[in-house]
Amino acid sequence: MSEIAEKVRAIIIDKLGVEESEVTPEASFTNDLGADSLDTVELIMEFEKEFNVSIPDDQAENIATVGQAISYLEEHAK
Amino acid sequence: MELKRVVVTGLGALTPLGNTVSEYWNGLVNGVSGAAPITRFDASKFKTQFACEVKGYDPEQYFDRKEARKMDLFTQFAVIVADEAVKDARLDDESLNKERIGVIWGSGIGGLRTFQEECVNFANGDGTPRFNPFFIPKMIADISAGHISIKYGFRGPNFVTVSACASATNALIDSFNYIRLGMVDVVVSGGSEAAVTEAGIGGFNALKALSERNDSPATASRPFDKERDGFVLGEGAAAIVLEEYEHAKARGAKIYAELIGGGMSADAYHITAPHPEGLGARNVMANALKDSGIRPEEVDYINVHGTSTPLGDVSEAKAIEYVFGDHAYNLNISSTKSMTGHLLGAAGAIEAVASILSIQHGVVPPTINHTTDDDQFNPKLNFTFNQAQQRDVKVAMSNTFGFGGHNTSVIFKKVTE
Repeated sequence: MSEIAEKVRAIIIDKLGVEESEVTPEASFTNDLGADSLDTVELIMEFEKEFNVSIPDDQAENIATVGQAISYLEEHAK
Repeated sequence: MELKRVVVTGLGALTPLGNTVSEYWNGLVNGVSGAAPITRFDASKFKTQFACEVKGYDPEQYFDRKEARKMDLFTQFAVIVADEAVKDARLDDESLNKERIGVIWGSGIGGLRTFQEECVNFANGDGTPRFNPFFIPKMIADISAGHISIKYGFRGPNFVTVSACASATNALIDSFNYIRLGMVDVVVSGGSEAAVTEAGIGGFNALKALSERNDSPATASRPFDKERDGFVLGEGAAAIVLEEYEHAKARGAKIYAELIGGGMSADAYHITAPHPEGLGARNVMANALKDSGIRPEEVDYINVHGTSTPLGDVSEAKAIEYVFGDHAYNLNISSTKSMTGHLLGAAGAIEAVASILSIQHGVVPPTINHTTDDDQFNPKLNFTFNQAQQRDVKVAMSNTFGFGGHNTSVIFKKVTE
């Protein structure tokens, strides 16, 4: 697993209070990991801070699963 | 229409003296001070470096980490004491009609630490707004009542009263009114505050409101003593379950006391100083007595506002003499703030609990730290100095007054039938 993927998973575990085993690439923040809309906003903000990127709202809407977050950040992280 | 009777059927407390109702009461009757050096932040540059903090508090004892992170400390305190009171009153009973259970809470300030942290983060950045999505719903004072309702599904009236240090007593009076008007059966009331932060201590220091007795925190809160020099900031919460009498009786609830009256008034004088003759304090006690329909001579105990400030204590004592006449000298008067410090918007809640328990146990908790008489107080007044006193308390009054000139007073009575 890439360093970015490790960090993304760690942020999700911390912010959503979920078990490591639940954080699979297919897991949806809202459907599988118990996030509400505010949790999702907070997650995106944490990704922005950790990876020093700015994620526009229209792209943030497409980040709904662990795997989508990892691939977006692997592509855009500086 | 005939007003319904309102009784107390559950209590919860998380205070500088103890983290449950029984620990709190033990601290009160034993004259324990809750004051100590501040641990919540580095106070070394502050004029006041001590406060009455809740001791040994670990949020993970009560919440999972994710849940705790979304609540400011004042809301965590609210949910914890509400839980103790709900269980005490057995409101976690699925047969109760939750549409008729309200939550009316009091908080003077709300999420001060959250507000402070988010603004500091913004100020330290480059101007790009990166506010946490939980900033507003953590900070707003009313969220405490919201969280309690969500946890238990109480779908009746739900709000928070804000009147500085009178907030929780206003919440009790509002709850009392809704129940006696027959609009709800039960209200989980009370108040919480967590303002021991840089902004809280710094702000009250700037007002010259706090004691600066850093060499002896435990003796700093000394209401009605000549050497008093300001209040000691406290934090914590208490919950009081108020219930319509017949509803409580029908389900066999334990009844602690009856809430028989509430009074409100304004000084209309100054934003922080009390009226010198205690005009608002006089009126509020008179209003509470009138509302309760009892004579002044029936009151045994007054848990006073008594914050240990030079002016406030004098005007309240004058007002008591004015309202009660010669009976003022038969009263037990005490300021439990000598032990708990001043919990601001939660003061009315923890002091209502002290008043209710004085009725239940027949003991008046003391005003500690008295060493030197002040000739501004009539020596015939019994301030219950230093030692708790046994007394069959049938009626107890609890006063709270807030910055802005808001005055509130409630009266509890022993239930004989």
